[in-house]
Amino acid sequence: MHIYLIVILGFLLVSVIGSTALFRTRSKKKPPLPRPSPSGPTTTKDRVSPGEVTPSEVEVIEEPVVEVSLRDRLSKTRGLFSTYVTTLLSRNSITPEAWEEIEEALIRADVGISLTTEILQDLKKKVKSQGITSPEALVEALKLDLVNNLLEIDRSLRLSEQKPNVWLFVGVNGVGKTTSIAKIAQMQKDEGKKVILAAGDTFRAAASEQLSLWAKRVGVELVSSTEGADPSSVIFDAVQKAAARQADLVLADTAGRLHTKVNLMEELKKIHRVAQRPPGQVSEVLLVIDATTGQNALVQARQFGQAVGVTGVVLTKLDGTSKGGIVLAVEKELGVPVKLVGLGEGARDLIPFDPKTFIEALFD
Amino acid sequence: MFDSLSARFDQIFTKLKSRGRLGEKDVNDILREIRVALLEADVNLDVVKIFTERVKNRCIGADLSKSLSPAQQVIKIVNEELVEILGGQSFKLNYASKPPTVILLAGLQGAGKTTTAGKLALWFKQQGRNPLLVGADLARPAAVEQLRILAGQAGVSFYSDPQDPVQTARGGLEYARDIGKDVLIVDTAGRLSIDYDLMEQVRQISTSIEPDYTFLVIDAMIGQESVETARAFHETLKLDGVILTKLDGDARGGAALSVKEVVGKPIAFVSTGEKQDAFDIFHPDRMADRILGMGDVLTLIEQAERSYDQDVAAKGMASLQEGRFTLEDFLEQMQQVKKLGSLQGILGMLPGVPKEIRSAKLDDKELSRVEAIIQSMTPQERRDPTIINGSRKLRIANGSGSNTTQVNTLLKQFKEMQKMMKGMGPLTKSKSKKKRGGRVTLPSGRLKV
Repeated sequence: MHIYLIVILGFLLVSVIGSTALFRTRSKKKPPLPRPSPSGPTTTKDRVSPGEVTPSEVEVIEEPVVEVSLRDRLSKTRGLFSTYVTTLLSRNSITPEAWEEIEEALIRADVGISLTTEILQDLKKKVKSQGITSPEALVEALKLDLVNNLLEIDRSLRLSEQKPNVWLFVGVNGVGKTTSIAKIAQMQKDEGKKVILAAGDTFRAAASEQLSLWAKRVGVELVSSTEGADPSSVIFDAVQKAAARQADLVLADTAGRLHTKVNLMEELKKIHRVAQRPPGQVSEVLLVIDATTGQNALVQARQFGQAVGVTGVVLTKLDGTSKGGIVLAVEKELGVPVKLVGLGEGARDLIPFDPKTFIEALFD
Repeated sequence: MFDSLSARFDQIFTKLKSRGRLGEKDVNDILREIRVALLEADVNLDVVKIFTERVKNRCIGADLSKSLSPAQQVIKIVNEELVEILGGQSFKLNYASKPPTVILLAGLQGAGKTTTAGKLALWFKQQGRNPLLVGADLARPAAVEQLRILAGQAGVSFYSDPQDPVQTARGGLEYARDIGKDVLIVDTAGRLSIDYDLMEQVRQISTSIEPDYTFLVIDAMIGQESVETARAFHETLKLDGVILTKLDGDARGGAALSVKEVVGKPIAFVSTGEKQDAFDIFHPDRMADRILGMGDVLTLIEQAERSYDQDVAAKGMASLQEGRFTLEDFLEQMQQVKKLGSLQGILGMLPGVPKEIRSAKLDDKELSRVEAIIQSMTPQERRDPTIINGSRKLRIANGSGSNTTQVNTLLKQFKEMQKMMKGMGPLTKSKSKKKRGGRVTLPSGRLKV
């Protein structure tokens, strides 16, 4: 089947591209040569730039321990629903406009149109069956509905007695995997766990430097390799080291990858297999999702789930104005619980996810 | 990127096509479907409202022109409105009369600013310019280091100053003037649009270097938030354009529509892959075509022109025309095709590819297998596959790590392909060929707006 497709595709491409490219180049003059630079061939650097930062200039900052709460952080921005709720509550009865307002609020929170429609239908049924007439009661019913859409499940991070545990962090590019690892390292260290970081992002430039700076800040050990090295081997080394040092936990970073890239997802599967090799055991596979992500988060969760069996979600950057409503769909459709929420750039700005507070925060 | 949106419109219009006339109820149905499709594509709700309203007004007030079916009329309207929203023309960058041309990049955390800065530098270099990269992201650990490495990879100069972002930017500008750089690209830290202090800081950076172009870097996967972010950055910085990143994923990229509509500034560039040269000017008309399922052939052709070896292309074409296209030619062409990027990516850009093929998982490894099989043949066998008998097949299979069934399939398919090619006349236009292949099935294919 595949060969058939490829032959057809090849044919299609050869004929389409070949002829058009040829056709076009025939009628086109030679492209102008790139302007030669006056100083001959461009070199990487003309001269040493002043004040370049080298990774050795690390400032270790001790952060004061401040309790972070979802509510405090989110109160920086007005609750997304609040404007809608205010208009809703200003009415005497539940009008058709009220339903539209609820729909809009949910859509704007990135809940997604299909789940929104579902929630609305359910709510309409309840209004009928329970005889809800006041907008106040409707808002309460909506909150309850939203909470019910989230899983009733143990959201604590799994740590087995058998050392060393491996927590694997996966996700698309730029969601905050490395930063989340640093925060979790801080969290686990505070709880008296011995943590080792594995710089498994060997692809992105300076990714391991980024993690190593964090490792120094938090005060945990790091296993890293050179750029372009095999990520599986870095994680393997980290597990070996953890076993030798009797560490409880290896936090394994991976390069950001789009779930559509087949080869990169295969690489991730391999990383997972290698991490699973005794003495290591993968007790959590955490998918990091950016709270500003729209409907694509659902696809991400599905694809990463199929590849490496995601056990939990870390929802980052919830301190923006975004509301991360897509996690409702992720939990409902895929049954993967959100375990942690990221609320800032400090090492302690990561807190356990609580469904009720999360929903309440939307309405505040 | 907009594939799912096109599929959706596809569905709507197939339904529409089966009907003869377009009543008001039909228009409402269509609008509802369009609304759902756009929302699923993460287009901001406000923009969806504006868009559907415009389409509605035009649908209702439209002359029932006789040359077009109602379905075609709606498609035409939707297409025109999409092009309108996405911005009529491609972005054109004017270089400052007194160099350097200063470019400032800003955006949320993780949008891809640093990577984009590196790509942009390479792009300018390819345009024959001489850019300087300035790392003013002093917040994220190792961000400066990352940019320095990217600068090295792109082969451009780099500057940073660990003291202060504003100072870095200004220092970079002076440095660029000193050493005669004609483009200055300033990377800044990611910041939330509601973080007053950081927004003030980026404003200061902007005031101190007076950029010719301020670009908002935005992730194609962003949801409803896109509008708030764009608006806030626009108020602080006066944006000149947007750079859309991570478009190589399967996000529907509704942000492209939202941001354009709200900020009123064009999407200047798009970033479409992990490699540093996966970066290009954004073409609104092509994107609208793509939304309507007309593919993105122009981009493909441009890519082909860049990476295809002219001689090989010419040779392949000559063989095609003379009807003696051999496995040898096929292999050469395949190797060229590989340079264009992943098969999935190429497929996405081809118009009228049936959904079954579009959604099929095309593993690039399979391409290597086909290659391996052909490479395991002797030159003689490649030129004349008919001489391949059982024992030769076994040798080829062993040599390429496949089995005889796979070798058989390849040979059989190739034979059919040859037959098809012989039936083809002289090749002039790509259009005629696509039709011959029976691949243009969409109504939009007939419609040139």
